[in-house]
This record gives sequence, structure tokens and C-alpha cells, in this order.
Amino acid sequence: MNSNASVPREVSRHIPASGLRQLIGQHLSELVGILVAVALAIFFTIGSPNFFTFDNALVLSQFIAPFAIFALAEVPVLILGEIDLSVGQMYIVSPFFVTYFNHAGVPVLPSIILALLVCCGLGWINGLVTVKLRVPSFIATLGMAFALRGIVLIYSNGAPTNPIGSDTLVNILGGWPWSEAFWALGVAALLHVMLRGTTFGLHIVAVGGNTESARESGISVDYIKIWCFVLCALLGGLMGILDGYHLGSLDPATDGLTFTFYGVTSAVIGGTALTGGRGTMVGACIGACVLGMIKDGFLILGTSSFALDLVTGLTILLAMILNVQIERATSMRGRRGSFGHAVSSVFSIFAQRRKGRRS
Amino acid sequence: MTPNDGTNGLAGVQDVLRTEQISMSFGPVVALQNVDLHLQRGEILGLVGDNGAGKSTLVKILSGLYRPDGGRIFLEGERVRFRSVQHARQHGIETVFQDLALVGELSVYHNLFLNREDTRGGWFRFLRNRAMRTAARRFLDEIGVDIPSVDTPVAKLSGGQRQAIAVARAVRRENIKVLLLDEPLAAMGAKETSLIIGLINSLSKKANISIIVIDHNYTHLFEICDRINVIQHGQVTVDKSLSEIKLEELIEFMVQSFRRDVATGDAK
Repeated sequence: MNSNASVPREVSRHIPASGLRQLIGQHLSELVGILVAVALAIFFTIGSPNFFTFDNALVLSQFIAPFAIFALAEVPVLILGEIDLSVGQMYIVSPFFVTYFNHAGVPVLPSIILALLVCCGLGWINGLVTVKLRVPSFIATLGMAFALRGIVLIYSNGAPTNPIGSDTLVNILGGWPWSEAFWALGVAALLHVMLRGTTFGLHIVAVGGNTESARESGISVDYIKIWCFVLCALLGGLMGILDGYHLGSLDPATDGLTFTFYGVTSAVIGGTALTGGRGTMVGACIGACVLGMIKDGFLILGTSSFALDLVTGLTILLAMILNVQIERATSMRGRRGSFGHAVSSVFSIFAQRRKGRRS
Repeated sequence: MTPNDGTNGLAGVQDVLRTEQISMSFGPVVALQNVDLHLQRGEILGLVGDNGAGKSTLVKILSGLYRPDGGRIFLEGERVRFRSVQHARQHGIETVFQDLALVGELSVYHNLFLNREDTRGGWFRFLRNRAMRTAARRFLDEIGVDIPSVDTPVAKLSGGQRQAIAVARAVRRENIKVLLLDEPLAAMGAKETSLIIGLINSLSKKANISIIVIDHNYTHLFEICDRINVIQHGQVTVDKSLSEIKLEELIEFMVQSFRRDVATGDAK
């Protein structure tokens, strides 16, 4: 099977890939993500009558939206070959900035804007430390995460509080049950256009793909990197404010790193390369859907809360093994795994059939 | 072709690029010693020499990567001092280095337009992908680069196609005067070699660009070049136009000098 299937694959490298075939070739990881998501949906629908319902759709959206926004925030940074581990802690800290400014006498809406600006400033520091002081972003942002955790615990004395604000503003910013889902969709659409349709997005991919070459072309690598960290921090802060209003209470002791890694995991399930150079916003959303469904689905199935982490972990592993193997099979660099090779052959045969039928 | 133009006196104005007494050492190792080199408009000059003879050092000086210890560089008769590759590029000297400097994840047309994108929407700088795609296709057809699709990510192209794209990108700059190619034919199959040779030939004819090529394969150089310079021990020892020297003579000369080096213990 392998030797037969490899013939059209080799040919496909030199013959113009067009239409469906090209789509599949370039978005294989996203397609696998969708497959995994569909498989999970079918599994949970069979497992419980409560999964495929309108009520659960709402719950599901509330699971997915935060994962999606964290993943969307991480994608540009990950494409650059960097990582931002402070985004989850930015999420914890930002509503406390709002209360801080409000207690200082600033009205609610300006407080929110100020809080987001502070988040941007913190992201800017992440970027500067990484780019100018050459500290690996893993450490730079991890340090930032711990520092932010310290700040929020000192400020709040470790005691939970309620977010400031009321009425329409709160409803828009996460209070209304579907609000977070709309924010996630809006952010996803905006960032997708940014990444695929603007010079800034193109330069992110260029820097992530080949930093030296990008610099050679005159692209300001530092500028691109710093702004991606700022964007990441801003989105983390925004999500914090949204979720603060959604939950109606703020717990300073929540561990932000967990949220960071939900974001990173979603992005990676959706096909973003941890090594940089590749990633899409659509993929990040698909990854968030997969992760959200795992979380929600096993809860609905009645998995005990202790076992929940175990099955979540194993399902993530399974999804990633599938993804990586297919990635390797179609990779321009790596060796081919025979399992992934087989799966991708199925894909290419499928694509050829479809193409043949059309023409 | 008048091979002796520019070698002496006022005729030197004819040269697009000229070096005088270029020297460079790395610590105790002398890489280049008083190198005089000249390049005429639209000419293709081949640099040959053993490994470590100083060819690459010379090209890196001309491209702005290294600063020489001594000597002068003249571009169109005016003295220039390059501070960086970008600076040399501003003066119209483009270099295609061996690492090619392309972004594998980006499509052919995005690579061609990298950091010189066609945009609209003012500050947002939205990409005009369709316009760039068409322009890239037209440009590649013009200079005779045969790529199946300009949408293909560069990493999926063959080595020869990548080399061709790298050359095409360098040539696309408006003010290009001199193109430096550091072993453009290294590690390439017969088909790819002929692709690049064809490209180099058509460039110098159609675009009137002066080119300096480094290569180890004399047969290939004889197919491309108008003139050959041999560099040995950091000096230009032979400067002949193709009408003055035959391939066999050049090979014989190189073999003889190698034997001489072995006899004197100079061989590397």
C-alpha cells in the first residue's frame, strides 16, 4: 500500500496543486482537527442524550470561548517560534486592575480600558525582555506569570472579590450567556484577517519561518515580535475581564498557567507548530472546540472529577499523536511515519477521486 | 566584447564595478592580497579557484558582508564603502548567498514580494494577493523561470527552483546593477543546472545586469561566462576572456599550479 500510494504523492510535489487538493495539502492539520472534533461529537452524542442539545451548546460555547481566545492569542507568538506563558496569569490579573482603577476613582469603562492598556504594557515588557535582553521567551514570560501571580495575591490579600460594573456593559462584556462566544468569534475573525490578509501577518510567518531571511529582506524582526507579545497580553487581559463578568466573582488564587496551557494545547491541536513558522487562527478555534468538547463531554458522561483530568490528558495525547503523524507524513522536513503516511495517502486518494469526478 | 576595456586608464569608466588592491586577513591567515578585479556592464564574470583561495571572501566583501582591511571599491566610477548587505543593496549590488534566504513556509509570490508587498487600506496594509500573484507570474515568465504555480510554498520546490526564485527575487529590485552568485549550481542535478544556467544567461541579455559567478565546475562556467578570473592564494592570477582561453587550457593550468603547490608544500 505504501509503495503504491507514494507515487501520486511524489508527483504532487511538482505538479501544480490546485483546488481541493491544494486545500487539503495546506490545511491537513486543521482537517484532522475537524475530524477529531466530529468524532468526539459523535462519541458523546451516542454516549449521552444530553450532549446534542441547545442547552449544552450554550455550556459548550462557554467552555470553548476562553480556550479559543487563549489559543488565538498564542498563535502569532507560536508562529514566531516563541511562547507566552503569562497569558493565563494576565487573565487572572486584569479584572483586578479594573477594580484597582475603579477604587482609585476612575469610572468603570475607562477603568476597563486602562486595565487593558496595562496588560498591553506588560506584554510589551515580555517582548522587550525577550527581544532586547535576549532572555528566551519561555523564561521571560514564565517570570512574568509568577510576578503577576504575586501582584494579584498581594493586592487582593488572597481574598476573592466581585467584579465592578453593572447592566448593559456587564452584559456585553461576558454577562450575557452567549456573550463570550460572540467575542471569541469576533476576535477570531479579526485575527484571521490580520494573519492572512495584512503585511503584519505575512511578516509574522516570514520571521517565524526564517528569521535571518526576514531580517535580510529588511523586516524589523524585533518590532514584529514585540507587537505579538503585546497582542497576546491584550487578549489574555480581555478574556480575564469577560470571564470575570461571566462568573461574577474573581478568585486571585486561580492558577493562570493551566489556562495558558489550554490555549497552547488548543493552538497545537489546530496545527500550529511549536517550532514556529506555521499556524492558523481557524486551526486555533478548531483546537479549542476539540478541547472544549473533551471537557464538556466527559462531564456530561458523568466522569468523576478525579478521572476527568486523566481522560482529558489521554484524549489530548491521542489527538496530538494523530496530528503529528499526519504532519510528519506531509512534512517538508521530517521523516515519514508509516502510520501517518497511510492516513495521508487516504487523503490524497480521496482528493484525486473528487477532482476526477469534477473534471 | 572588448576584453581589454577598463583594464587601464580612462577606459575604466566602462566598468560597472572595479576593485583596487583589496586585501583582507583573518588573524594570521591572508585571505586576499591586493586583488584588482573589474566587471563590465552586462558582463558575466566567473571566479574560479581552490577551496580557501579567497573567492568567497571577495564576494562577501563586494556584497557588504565583510569590510576589507585595505583597498578600494568603485561602483560606476565612484568610490563606495559598504557598511552592510543592506547598504550594498541600496547601491544596486544584490547577492544570492548559498543559504538562499527564502522563507520556506511562504508561497513563491510572497517570497518575491517580501517586505515590498503590494498593499491597500493605508495603515492596515492589507495584502493585494491577487495583484502580487499576477505580477509574480508575469515577472517569472519574463525572465524565463518555469515554476508550476506561484502559490506553492517555497519549501516544496526543488533546489534548482528555489535557487531560481532566490535569483529572481534579487533581480526584481529596481536599481540592481550587479548580481553576485555564490555557487549557484552547487548540489544540483543536470536539469536544475540547465535551468539556472538558462536563467543567468537570459538575465544578462534581457535585463543588462552584470553578474559575478563563483563555481567549481569549469564546464558550467564556460557555458555562462564572458570572462574568467582565477584566484589563487588570495590573488587574481589569470584574467582572460573566453575568446582567449579554452576549457582544456584552464584545466591544465589549474592542474599544473596544483602540482607546483604540492611540490612547494603550499597545497591545502
